[in-house]
Amino acid sequence: MDMKAVVNERQREKKNIFGNIDIRAYTMIGALVAIWIFFGLLNDTFLSARNLSNLFTQMSVTAILAIGMVLVIVAGHIDLSVGSIVGLTGGIAAILSNWMGMPTSVVIASTLAAGVLIGMIQGWLVAYRAIPAFIVTLGGMMIFRGALMGITKSTTIPISDANFIALGSAYFTNSFGLILAVVAIAALVTSTLKKRKSRQQYGFSVAPLSLDMAKVIAISALIVLFVLTMNSYKGIPFPIIFVIGLALIFSFIANKTTFGRHVYAIGGNVEAARLSGIHIQRHTMMLFVFTGLLSAIAALVLTARLSSATISAGQMYELNAIAACVIGGTSLMGGSGTIVGAIIGAMVMTSLDNGMSLLGMETFWQYIVKGSILVLAVWIDIASRKKQTH
Amino acid sequence: MYALEMIEITKEFPGVKALDRVSFKVKKGEIHALCGENGAGKSTLMKVLSGLYPAGTYSGEIRIDGQPVMFRNIVDAEKAGIAIIHQELALVKEMTVGENIFLGREPKKFGVIQWDELYYEAAKWLEKVGLNISPQTKIHSLGIGQQQLVEIAKALAKQAQILILDEPTAALTESEVEILMGILELLRKQGVACIYISHKMPEVFRLADSITVLRDGKSIATLSRAETNEDQVVSLMVGRELTERYPYVKRTPQEVVLEVKNYSVWHKDKPMKVNQNINLTVRKGEIVGIAGLMGAGRTEFAMSLFGAYEGKAEGEVWIEGTQVHIRSVQDAIRAGIALVTEDRKRLGLVLGMDVKTNTTLASLEAISKLKVINQNEELKWSQKYVDELKTKTASLETPVGTLSGGNQQKVVLAKWLMAKPKILILDEPTRGIDVGAKYEIYHLMNKLAEEGVAIMMISSELPEILGMSDRILVMREGQIVKQLTHDEATQENIMMAATGGK
Repeated sequence: MDMKAVVNERQREKKNIFGNIDIRAYTMIGALVAIWIFFGLLNDTFLSARNLSNLFTQMSVTAILAIGMVLVIVAGHIDLSVGSIVGLTGGIAAILSNWMGMPTSVVIASTLAAGVLIGMIQGWLVAYRAIPAFIVTLGGMMIFRGALMGITKSTTIPISDANFIALGSAYFTNSFGLILAVVAIAALVTSTLKKRKSRQQYGFSVAPLSLDMAKVIAISALIVLFVLTMNSYKGIPFPIIFVIGLALIFSFIANKTTFGRHVYAIGGNVEAARLSGIHIQRHTMMLFVFTGLLSAIAALVLTARLSSATISAGQMYELNAIAACVIGGTSLMGGSGTIVGAIIGAMVMTSLDNGMSLLGMETFWQYIVKGSILVLAVWIDIASRKKQTH
Repeated sequence: MYALEMIEITKEFPGVKALDRVSFKVKKGEIHALCGENGAGKSTLMKVLSGLYPAGTYSGEIRIDGQPVMFRNIVDAEKAGIAIIHQELALVKEMTVGENIFLGREPKKFGVIQWDELYYEAAKWLEKVGLNISPQTKIHSLGIGQQQLVEIAKALAKQAQILILDEPTAALTESEVEILMGILELLRKQGVACIYISHKMPEVFRLADSITVLRDGKSIATLSRAETNEDQVVSLMVGRELTERYPYVKRTPQEVVLEVKNYSVWHKDKPMKVNQNINLTVRKGEIVGIAGLMGAGRTEFAMSLFGAYEGKAEGEVWIEGTQVHIRSVQDAIRAGIALVTEDRKRLGLVLGMDVKTNTTLASLEAISKLKVINQNEELKWSQKYVDELKTKTASLETPVGTLSGGNQQKVVLAKWLMAKPKILILDEPTRGIDVGAKYEIYHLMNKLAEEGVAIMMISSELPEILGMSDRILVMREGQIVKQLTHDEATQENIMMAATGGK
């Protein structure tokens, strides 16, 4: 304890440059790379552009659900109903599109509205009626599945609207992909420069320009690599853009807005949050609105990709989403977890699925391996955290 | 013949001597009151006696009926006939009275509980404590007073010869207190030794045969009730010399900032008031100390003013001449009130979050535009408070859970200073923090008062109250029973008012 000194500027900045690295996130990335290398060595096609493109498309639904799930779990709740919401809103979309012949824009707007409405109802019950989220969403899981069977009369509804189907299965043209890469890199450079300038205005020291530049170059290289790989097959798959867009928006919400900060505080210590004047109920309800909305978006992607709505669509997806969050370092105790982590978690889960299928492993093995990886990931996480605190 | 002798008990915690050669003897068939301020060592002594601190973790000797004993755990102590009834009752609410009385010692044959025997026996013990209810009644349908009697029945069913009651009347109504006193007098006749821990002088003097006073972990005196009086006991309880110096400065408080009129607060789940008809004012640049014993209703009052207590409040609150209606913490913050709670880990901080996020938690709006936090502003402000309060932390990104108590408290203070309050309520602001940080907090209080903040400080430490307050209000049983100026106040007259002595 005596070692602790009063903070001075230089010490803190040093921390910012070298200490601000999220070790856990990097461990996750390391694990993902290891999995990819492992499957790549065992199977030639795993790392092919075609398979990677498939893999990203496959993971998109889980990833979109995990984005919402992270925030709910961070706030100390859980949402078991997302899989059924995917099913129900997918069914609604198919009915509107196929049976009623609505234009794509109306289908999209109505489906999203349905997701938001469901989220509002569940959120209200959890936040304002204090019914545990586990119960509300467990009930919701059954209710929405039942409702889906009811409205679709337990039939599979095919989608014929080509615009709708494109949401899940189209690819951006190669030139558009390149433009996207350029825009992304330009945004990265300007935001880095802007951040430096702002820090200088506040009189904080900034990292050496070379270091920031190295970071920018490394990330830009990844962006270019990604776009070129995708372009060498058919281009960037549509769903992946949804995932990236939503991940950026929700990371911003989580890290930069008062709402996000409040959610972490609620999950970390709800009493302290309440006594700091945070609107617990309003925020809690909003979280479920988000999961409802994201489930509806996932439903659009899934229904479009399969070009039909079935009564089993989305089954077990809630568990995949929760597993992705947990593998990505989200604590079920609440208070900690990141969206980037959850996306990586979703990627780990999907890579295992994809890789094991390519190797021709039997389904039962796939379940056993995935379940074991989930437990192992949390075990390692808990063990490493303990080491940190002692 | 003593039923219990505790001889030269010394118990140390890292850095503190909680008990320093305490001796304490109780005769058979005697009610022996144990008196002392909060933190005098009463609870620690009882934990030693009840086996919660096992033999070997303290030095000294315990004898029961003249025989030395060593308790390794609570079960050992129970076997030796010691039963403790805690302030917080330890009954299983969803179970019946009978099940509770025999919890863990159910009469059984081949592992099967003999329910008829259990309820028959339970009824017998209930009769003994004068409780006229069926043993099949569920605990949650009983009042606190009846639950207390069930606890006593449970203790007696264990053949307890030494009964410890820790503040048994804190939650009881007057008629329930009467019943309890009757039972205790009956037990005395039956030869049970009772250790009665209480702050309340009238009860102590009505009931006890002997009184032992503890102060700062030492046994000060054991007196026979017939030969002493309230004045003597109170002065022994507080009789420490005031050696610590407090940075008190004479101030001239200005206009009234906070005025509370006829303020009453209802208990959050019982139909009783925890505060009654409170009237007080706090002026700009004034430090008002609220003294009282634990459970006097001070924290409830503060939480209620801050919009954070679940029970309903009645009465008026005026801030700078206009009446305000505070229904939530948000209302309170908007009205310019800040509350530094007594339990910083549970109520004040998000331990997993870092210094800067905890600092800005209550005033994020001030550093945000369109709900987007300006993270440079955040760094600037939190750095400012780290510098100003001399918070010792490795960085602004250090989780507050890893800081020492004093530095954690500084982060809580920083959070509320950043909210720029007109009225700052401090609930036990220096509890559990080191001396250095304590004095920094006192200096900070002086500085804030000088800058015109109206400060209300709740504290159970008399020297702190005496040393820092311009005015002192004493609360007892939810009411303000005495008001003293800085010059009038002494440890004795505060304690006398707080314990309800004449």
